Amino acid sequence: MTCLTAFFGGTLFGLGLIVAGMNDPSKVLAFLDVAGRWDPSLALVMLGAISTAAAGFAFAARRRCTLLGEALQLPDRRQVDAPLLAGSVLFGVGWGLAGYCPGPGIVGLWAGSLPAAVFVIAMLFGIEAHAWYDQSCQQAEVGEVVADS
Amino acid sequence: MSIDWSSFTPWQAVSGGVLIGLGCVVLVLWNGRIAGISGILGGLVSRVEGDVAWRLAFIVGLLAAPWLWAATHHGSLPRGSFAPATPGEWAQVLVGGLLVGFGTRLAKGCTSGHGVCGLARFSRRSLLAVVAFMGSGVLTVFITRHVAGL
Repeated sequence: MTCLTAFFGGTLFGLGLIVAGMNDPSKVLAFLDVAGRWDPSLALVMLGAISTAAAGFAFAARRRCTLLGEALQLPDRRQVDAPLLAGSVLFGVGWGLAGYCPGPGIVGLWAGSLPAAVFVIAMLFGIEAHAWYDQSCQQAEVGEVVADS
Repeated sequence: MSIDWSSFTPWQAVSGGVLIGLGCVVLVLWNGRIAGISGILGGLVSRVEGDVAWRLAFIVGLLAAPWLWAATHHGSLPRGSFAPATPGEWAQVLVGGLLVGFGTRLAKGCTSGHGVCGLARFSRRSLLAVVAFMGSGVLTVFITRHVAGL
């Protein structure tokens, strides 16, 4: 059941990207290019998505569990830290270079777009590189604790 | 700043946005999860046991979207007009991909997780993330298009 709803959610999400034209990096880059011929469409995509999602999250928060009675697994982190900001800046640079963020990359991949395929493969390497970096950070921390004791 | 009225598609943008929002609503109401693409992908790459199936189903749903679109649009897949031509443009896609993968995992979210779901939950963390990636994205395009002239 949860797989079916996740599949349905993904399909809605992907169709939304396509309807809004956000699967096309040219349109995304035209939004980021505020000094050129600016296309404000992406701002309205965000507005439509955020207001719709806000209603769903408010309802979910009041229920405190899913419609199937399972616990919600939502992020509860609150502090603003260096990884959040550094990671977001790096992501923005990559977004500005490629014109893809993760969702449109995946949708484009299956639409048979070669640049989307190149982007997604590079992105998976980036994700793998982060997993490796994260692991070496944790090992360094463990090392410090051992050295302190 | 000059608005390109010929490319601006307000109705498609808002209705597409509402569909994206509905995708997030379905995932939180039935799965209790945030529809953050980078997080969902990250969990697949690191293969946490017992936590793979719904992620895979969501990604397959995303992949199904262009085919459903094609089925209702005379079989033409939505590929867009984006076509890198020079080796430099291909390099931009490649380096961009690496940075997007690493950056979104470090920040624990991308345009969907922080941008849509985070802002919809009024998270201050997500708001700062969005300001940071929108800012660096705008600056990057400014440099590539108007300073370096790529």
